[in-house]
Amino acid sequence: MDMNAYLSMFIDESNDHLQALNDNLMRLESAPDDISIVQDIFRSAHTLKGMSATMGFEDLASLTHEMENVLDLVRNDKLKMDSFIFDTLFQGLDALESMVEDVIQGGTGKADVSAIVANLVSIVKGEHKNGGAAASSASAGESSSVSDAGGGMLDQYQSSVLKQSIESGHQVFYIKVTLTESCVLKAARSYMVFDVLENTGEIVKSEPPVEDLEQEKFDRSFTVFTISSIKPEELVAKINSISEIESVEVLPLDEESLATLSSSSSSGAGKQAAAETAAASATAEASNPAAEAKKAAPAKTNGAPVANRTIRVDIDRLDSLMNLFSEMLIDRVRLEQLASEIKRQDLIETVEHMARVSSDLQNIVLKLRMVPVDTVFNRFPRMVRDLAKSLDKKIDLIITGAETELDRTVIDEIGDPLVHLLRNSVDHGIETVSERIAAGKPETGTVSLRAFHSGNHVFIEVEEDGRGINSAKVLEKAISKGIVKQEDAGKLTTDEINMLIFAPGFSTAEVISDISGRGVGLDVVRTKITSLGGNVTVTSVEGKGTKFSVQLPLTLSIISAMLIKLGDEKFAIPLSSIVETAIIQHSSILHVHGNSMIKFRDAVIPLISLSKLFDSPNYSEDLEDEHEVIVIQKGDKWAAIVIDEFIGQSEIVLKSLGKYLTNISGISGATILGDGQVALIIDPNALIK
Amino acid sequence: MGEELKVIVFGIGKEEYGIEVDKVRTIERMMPITRVPKTPPFIKGVINLRGVVVPVLNLSGRFNLPESEVTEHTRIIVVAVNEMEVGFIVDTANDVIDINSDTIDTPPEIVGGIQAKYLDGIAKIGEDRLLIMLNLSEVLNKAEIVQLEQLEV
Repeated sequence: MDMNAYLSMFIDESNDHLQALNDNLMRLESAPDDISIVQDIFRSAHTLKGMSATMGFEDLASLTHEMENVLDLVRNDKLKMDSFIFDTLFQGLDALESMVEDVIQGGTGKADVSAIVANLVSIVKGEHKNGGAAASSASAGESSSVSDAGGGMLDQYQSSVLKQSIESGHQVFYIKVTLTESCVLKAARSYMVFDVLENTGEIVKSEPPVEDLEQEKFDRSFTVFTISSIKPEELVAKINSISEIESVEVLPLDEESLATLSSSSSSGAGKQAAAETAAASATAEASNPAAEAKKAAPAKTNGAPVANRTIRVDIDRLDSLMNLFSEMLIDRVRLEQLASEIKRQDLIETVEHMARVSSDLQNIVLKLRMVPVDTVFNRFPRMVRDLAKSLDKKIDLIITGAETELDRTVIDEIGDPLVHLLRNSVDHGIETVSERIAAGKPETGTVSLRAFHSGNHVFIEVEEDGRGINSAKVLEKAISKGIVKQEDAGKLTTDEINMLIFAPGFSTAEVISDISGRGVGLDVVRTKITSLGGNVTVTSVEGKGTKFSVQLPLTLSIISAMLIKLGDEKFAIPLSSIVETAIIQHSSILHVHGNSMIKFRDAVIPLISLSKLFDSPNYSEDLEDEHEVIVIQKGDKWAAIVIDEFIGQSEIVLKSLGKYLTNISGISGATILGDGQVALIIDPNALIK
Repeated sequence: MGEELKVIVFGIGKEEYGIEVDKVRTIERMMPITRVPKTPPFIKGVINLRGVVVPVLNLSGRFNLPESEVTEHTRIIVVAVNEMEVGFIVDTANDVIDINSDTIDTPPEIVGGIQAKYLDGIAKIGEDRLLIMLNLSEVLNKAEIVQLEQLEV
């Protein structure tokens, strides 16, 4: 069977499950006694195992299986979590992630995991007190396959579990599911049935066993014994709602019929001769069915409605929707122009209405591309944990506003800069435990990662309560590195001094560590963020902590811009970097060392001639008495650019110049105007040195 | 026996050139071109090709040959090579022919002022027509443009 059609689904879902595993392991580490978290972890691991086995990724499946064994012991109180187990599980998780990554890259998902498997096996076998009992339960698969080779429908243990459940008032069902003949993904369908059953109760036994179902080693039907909290009719309806199911039989069992089933086992032995390899999971889950059934029920009510309200959409489709919409936007501007030329009232009204509808549409299309920052944030808790451990520090990472949404293009780019900032905070910001105690602070440091909307921007802040920036030291360093001149040093405010840490080639750490402090990090962070149209600032109080604040635009695909003319050439300047537009007299231009400057709000700022910079063929401002200027800013630096004529403000769609034209200085891209002409977008950041 | 190739024939000056048909996206009439500052002189600018911004260059200029005037026969041939879409301004483009790959010879060192590395070969059509086959990936080699820019500076 061709699995490629399901590969992308597998990749999406396994990424979800890996993330869930990661999150839950982190939660468990902070609350090691919470068995319900172990249950969640176990479920994710189990699903992942099933999926990988179905898709034929054996290494993935076997590693997950071993992890599952360990978790199984933990949730049955046969094993206590300790740091060795956590580390091994995290290692296993990393290995799983790299295997899934390999699959994404088109590989086979194979990897040598024998070391981790050996660790996991040793945990299962030796490293806990009830060694014998637990090991036998974990390896239930093997042991039962031997002892029950000729066994029947239910072994003694299973029937006693079912019997106890009936006695304690739970309903027990015998379910026979038959798939349609045309069903191609039998394993997936049977998994979905199991999922339904596990959500509503507990599966005690399945025939053929779970492993065989996962590997499609069955014909069209399978049977399950389950303890359930809902009515048989509901159960039938739920299972029938899965597609490609031909029929479902649900028989409620009482003690009598149970007894028949167990005793008649030998007569049915011939038919059921297949090895009785009851999955470790199934037998183990049965051991505390009552408790689990209760927990499973509320979990399901939380999960179901959310799952139904979202669909997965291919990114390419969203991109092409965006492209088509930009086309329409260009036509809209064109129509508006035509309507204003023709001056017919009903045409103008229609065009205005269309403009309103399309701006609503624009909002929705842009929202479709919005992704919660959580998709970036979710890998940070793990990263901070590992860092803190390797640095021997105690750190709490507090994330707020993870649901804040940003355009996917921004999200893709923002990960690395944030990693840099966080590493910086953990490495340089937070002190070691002994230093913190000496400073009278709690020994656990706090790093807060916050995201929130404000106006047309999203802010992301990284704040810690560490040692803060020693601005005197920063200044000294900056002077010694030639970043600041000695004579200018006195004029700088504390915040300005602190901003110097973003200067290229600056690093205050005496020891260059593996984690940060190579003197490139913060420089790269600022370059990256400004290239995204954002800004980064730092505020710090020595001894109290430091806060990095990153300001980002909501979207990169449609921006507001000022259209201008140089002769007959048109250009666009992003509105976000324009401070002011003005008209100045030629006589007011000052000349300093051969450079033109103007006075602007009590400051003297450079005057840039765009026509000279871009070698304008048919415009030069030299002969004019009055100049139209636009004052632009980059950070706290200002400059004025001389232009020919203002056209007006407009929403423009960003287009790239293509792969052939890259890195053209002063130009960040192009847009298509209402008349179909291409206008270049000026990159103000490149104009200010 | 070599394979049959479908080739778009276009003219620059007095020479005839060929590009394999599957590398050509579209052939357009001359349209307004937006100049891009700070680029080599043979890059004429960018055009709006149905919503996609495509750079356009003058092939004669690319080969350091004198550029000819724009006439009503002037065409922009948009090609796609190595994930790049680029338009070429050519004097005429009006023929698609089949040629046999056996008739393509390795080019001499310089053909009509164009260095051999930009060429795939020279195809003989009939008795007296020669078709210069272009090596597009070399024509669009960006490393060389960077060198050109450095020379100018």
